[in-house]
Amino acid sequence: MHGFANPARFLRIARWLTPLCLAVGLVLTAAALTYGLFFAPADRLMGDTVRILFIHVPSAWLGMAGWTTIAGASLVELVWRHPLAGIAARAAAAPGAVFTALCLATGSIWGRPTWGTWWVWDGRLTSMLVLLFLYFGYIALADATRGEGGSSGRVAAIFGIVGAVNVPIINRSVVWWNSLHQPPSITMGQSAIDPAFLWPLLIATFGFTLIFAGVILARMRAILADIQAEARLRRKAMAQG
Amino acid sequence: MATHAAGGLKPKHQRLVLLGIALVVLIAAALLAIWALRNQASYFYVPSEIVANPPAPDRGVRLGGMVEKGSLRTESDGVTIAFVVQDGEARVPVRFSGIVPSLFVEGSGVVAEGTLGTDGTFVATNLLAKHDENYVPREMEAMTKAQAKSVVAETQ
Repeated sequence: MHGFANPARFLRIARWLTPLCLAVGLVLTAAALTYGLFFAPADRLMGDTVRILFIHVPSAWLGMAGWTTIAGASLVELVWRHPLAGIAARAAAAPGAVFTALCLATGSIWGRPTWGTWWVWDGRLTSMLVLLFLYFGYIALADATRGEGGSSGRVAAIFGIVGAVNVPIINRSVVWWNSLHQPPSITMGQSAIDPAFLWPLLIATFGFTLIFAGVILARMRAILADIQAEARLRRKAMAQG
Repeated sequence: MATHAAGGLKPKHQRLVLLGIALVVLIAAALLAIWALRNQASYFYVPSEIVANPPAPDRGVRLGGMVEKGSLRTESDGVTIAFVVQDGEARVPVRFSGIVPSLFVEGSGVVAEGTLGTDGTFVATNLLAKHDENYVPREMEAMTKAQAKSVVAETQ
């Protein structure tokens, strides 16, 4: 792990890994969504509304995976003081928030024709909305407490770890409490989703994840470049002063 | 270094231990909160809860369960429907006037918002259809389970 903490080595790997993730992710997502939106069969009860699934489920997964990334990177930052970990946490926040918002929006659009309502305050929907607010809080906090090294700082890291409590709550909310949202369709080793829906769903999820990883890598590179530019400017100012 | 001498631990490991303790406390707090919320955070009551513990007639509650097969009928006025919501243990008759969601059918899940009348009939002001976790293509609906399985096996 120490090897990857070296920014120079990270940049060397990220240079080719970023476009690779983005390209493969885009191809997979495009293929899965094209099939899902135009060729997949209509659902027995929901009809064509079922197609929202192919965007909603990957977004929900990434909303939660995004915060898990923040929490994991924050832990590494706090314990091992790896500057790159703080940068990774900060880079994951905005894409995570975007996917969480996408999950809430598509879920709402799906809920109107399926349930007969845009929004209810049940356990799943409420905990997912809390996740979105946690993202906003994290982004604001990380920006406000940004240290000179570009890492997100200790306060944001602690917030990232504490906020991770919400992730298992989102996941289990439909099991612990009666909710309008249906229980999980895909559990360990079995699926209540017909293969005609399941395969494009899994491929879309994988594609979304690759795009997500590519965006995080690109953002990390951008933050590192920012730090470098800042340091160079500072040196220049010192030399002139 | 004072911290170093404290437990004979490297600062790195000391932070790890501290964070570990903090995480245990955090998880314990979260579990306590979830345990305290186990009733309040539920979105609806199931019929057996309503029957065992009827809410006051003026108190708005949500009732959720399955629409009993064969129980759905339309009243003579044409807009009021009556059906039975059951959870396998108890049954609650429900009356509702208005537009039902398209997924509202016998044998599927429903959440009714309204009040429980003194006669034991639940008067709903709003109906929400609850989708279950199964996703099945329309073409396979009419097939029996065995037929569907063979079709799935062929296409895989």
